[in-house]
Amino acid sequence: MKCRKCGARAVLNMRQHRLSLCREHFLEWLPQQTQRFIEKYRMFTHEERILVAVSGGKDSLGLWDVLQRLGYQADGLYIDLGIEQGSGYSSVSRQMASAFADAHQLTLHIVDVPATLGASIPTAAQLTRRGVHKPCSVCGLTKRHIMNRVARDLGYAVLATGHNLDDEVAVLFGNTLSWATGYLARQAPVLDAEAGFVRKVKPFCRLYERESAAYTLLRGIDYVYEECPHAEGATSIYYKDVLNRMEAERPGIKLSFYLSFLQARAGGFLQPATGAVRPEMQPCPNCGQPTTSGGTCSFCRTWDAVRSRLTAPADGTDPNQPG
Amino acid sequence: MPAEITLRDHTYIIASGSTLRHALEKIGVNPDTVLPTRDGELLTDDELVRDGDHIRLIAVISGGSR
Repeated sequence: MKCRKCGARAVLNMRQHRLSLCREHFLEWLPQQTQRFIEKYRMFTHEERILVAVSGGKDSLGLWDVLQRLGYQADGLYIDLGIEQGSGYSSVSRQMASAFADAHQLTLHIVDVPATLGASIPTAAQLTRRGVHKPCSVCGLTKRHIMNRVARDLGYAVLATGHNLDDEVAVLFGNTLSWATGYLARQAPVLDAEAGFVRKVKPFCRLYERESAAYTLLRGIDYVYEECPHAEGATSIYYKDVLNRMEAERPGIKLSFYLSFLQARAGGFLQPATGAVRPEMQPCPNCGQPTTSGGTCSFCRTWDAVRSRLTAPADGTDPNQPG
Repeated sequence: MPAEITLRDHTYIIASGSTLRHALEKIGVNPDTVLPTRDGELLTDDELVRDGDHIRLIAVISGGSR
């Protein structure tokens, strides 16, 4: 197969775009597409400071690389989750993120969850009802909290994540199956800043996971290839598998699903019913981050419970009561 | 001489002569979920599998709490 632009040997065929490109033209094409989405969805400008959430994986490192190639002021944030089963997932991914930052002379902020919060994500998940069967839930809650706090505290205008089209479509698919209208209403390339939340953007939201992986590989960026050990059996992976089987038969179906959703959303499909009252955001009395709970936020409740169980003696007596 | 296709810990032995896409379908791997490489070079799936090829598939699907 030949590159459509120059006739050289193609390295990637994107059937959904009916486009095959050589290495050189693919490495030009992907940042151009990203720039187009940044502008189309008004994500940020060259004057704004961007914090990129970097996991050490292909998408986030690829995104950081693209943003710095496009001339944006993008710093990184790595959250060490303390996941060391198998091949030392967190250590390896932290090393990948740090190596990329060093090689490109970029600023990387690191938050170490076990050191900062008192327990690793796997330990925290074991100690809470929220996470005992699904550590991804505690992990997601913790990452969202830390990302927003760091972005806010350090004065970044925007938080960028490496979510790609496959991530977005898998979430969309799951939320559509259960008609989770609240989540559907909040799924977008840009979530504007509001009441203590910084603006969140997904510049890769229209790029296939395969395109993002090809970019990172062709740029020679080392990324953590191994999957998080807790992702095995994750619903998102199951949905991706189903969607990819559809894509194999009908190239472009994932992109079309996502774009038609965005169009329907923009057309008011998910407008709240007349008279519906939106839950009011208030600062958590403990950490100050916004919450609709009316009291302590779910992050603080979860981690308070983890710490109290970490210090509780095995015989079940309350360590805070005199013996 | 047959060719080898490797995905993570699995190695599949396949006959040469077919396109990569056909070979992937034959071993039950969805071509939309991998990037095939030969000698470190990315391949499109219309390439013919040659005698003695060692083709490494890079899985591109990730998931979890993201």
